[in-house]
Amino acid sequence: MKKTSLKFKIADIFFIAMMIIPIVFGIILKVLTTPASEGISITGARVYFTIPLPIQDLPVTESQVNSALVLIVILFFCLFITHGMTEKIDLKRQHFAEMIVEKVDSLVNENMGEYFKGFSPFIIAILALSAFSSLLTLFGLYPPTSDINIVGGWAVLVFVLITYYKMKCGPINYLKSFTQPVALLTPINLISEVATPVSMAFRHYGNVLSGTVISVLLGSALGGVSSKLLGWLPGFLADIPLFQVGIPAVLSIYFDVFSGCLQAFIFAMLTMMYVAGAFDIETYEKKKARKSAKNKS
Amino acid sequence: MELALGIILGCCALGAGMAMIAGIGPGIGEGNAVASACEAIARQPESKGSVTTTMLMGCAIAETTGLYALVIAILLIFVAPNILVDILVETMQAL
Repeated sequence: MKKTSLKFKIADIFFIAMMIIPIVFGIILKVLTTPASEGISITGARVYFTIPLPIQDLPVTESQVNSALVLIVILFFCLFITHGMTEKIDLKRQHFAEMIVEKVDSLVNENMGEYFKGFSPFIIAILALSAFSSLLTLFGLYPPTSDINIVGGWAVLVFVLITYYKMKCGPINYLKSFTQPVALLTPINLISEVATPVSMAFRHYGNVLSGTVISVLLGSALGGVSSKLLGWLPGFLADIPLFQVGIPAVLSIYFDVFSGCLQAFIFAMLTMMYVAGAFDIETYEKKKARKSAKNKS
Repeated sequence: MELALGIILGCCALGAGMAMIAGIGPGIGEGNAVASACEAIARQPESKGSVTTTMLMGCAIAETTGLYALVIAILLIFVAPNILVDILVETMQAL
């Protein structure tokens, strides 16, 4: 293995530090702005400050700040694992980076077909953003995915992509697709068109939010049980959190780690399926062939 | 005033509880899906990976109806009482 230079090491340390600093910053911001409270509290995203704008004030909330932090972390994570890439592999992290790229490429190829080869950066971006956002709960931060505004934004983006690929076969074809199979079903088709982004947003946000709510409820319930059991003891013995240690962590593995990663994967999978399903490649090829034949003649 | 407040809060909680009856459906559906996936894996152990992926996808889609109910329940618990109590206070002041 080649000996790494000092410059290389300094850059490495900088990247790692930039991966940790945003999370520390988020924790500090949370500690400073959260008022001390007793008992359970389930709140939405806290509004840090509002920017006055002519039409409507723009509130900057916890979820926006946290998702920006996640973006920074992902950026520097990518820079870190691709740092020092050479044709002859001499760093372990390059194997990891290549593995990710190959996996995503094969996943996209399998689910979307040849035509959508260029989609894999978008898919891995949405997957990483969603997974890292959900995993923020492990640091005690507010996960941006449990805010419907953030997830709704992604769902609207996917809806725009779906509509774009449906429009690619021509606007007349697009409008005609609503009257399939019978013209009578047009309102139902319209509803199902709108239901796609709504269900995507609700699925992701509901899963993450329900995990948060259940964790808080379980924490307070376990606190009640241990105070019932040990409350008669004198002094500090009454305050021992007997049940709060350990049991919520087990639940957290399911709700935060497993459910968060699964929902990220499902969001990416559904994006791929909807976008690939929206594009009718046969009609598009036919139209293209007709157009080129017309241009020639 | 107290009676109206009690009715508002009680009915919000009752409605949230009743909305979650919808949790039965996804439960049965996901149970069926997982049972079939187990059978499929038992019959063809080599197809475990793709069966698991498809099952997770199907479970997530089956879960959607339950999550709609969950969102309505959460809105009824955390959002609706505030709005309704505000409306009540305004009408009481107008009277």
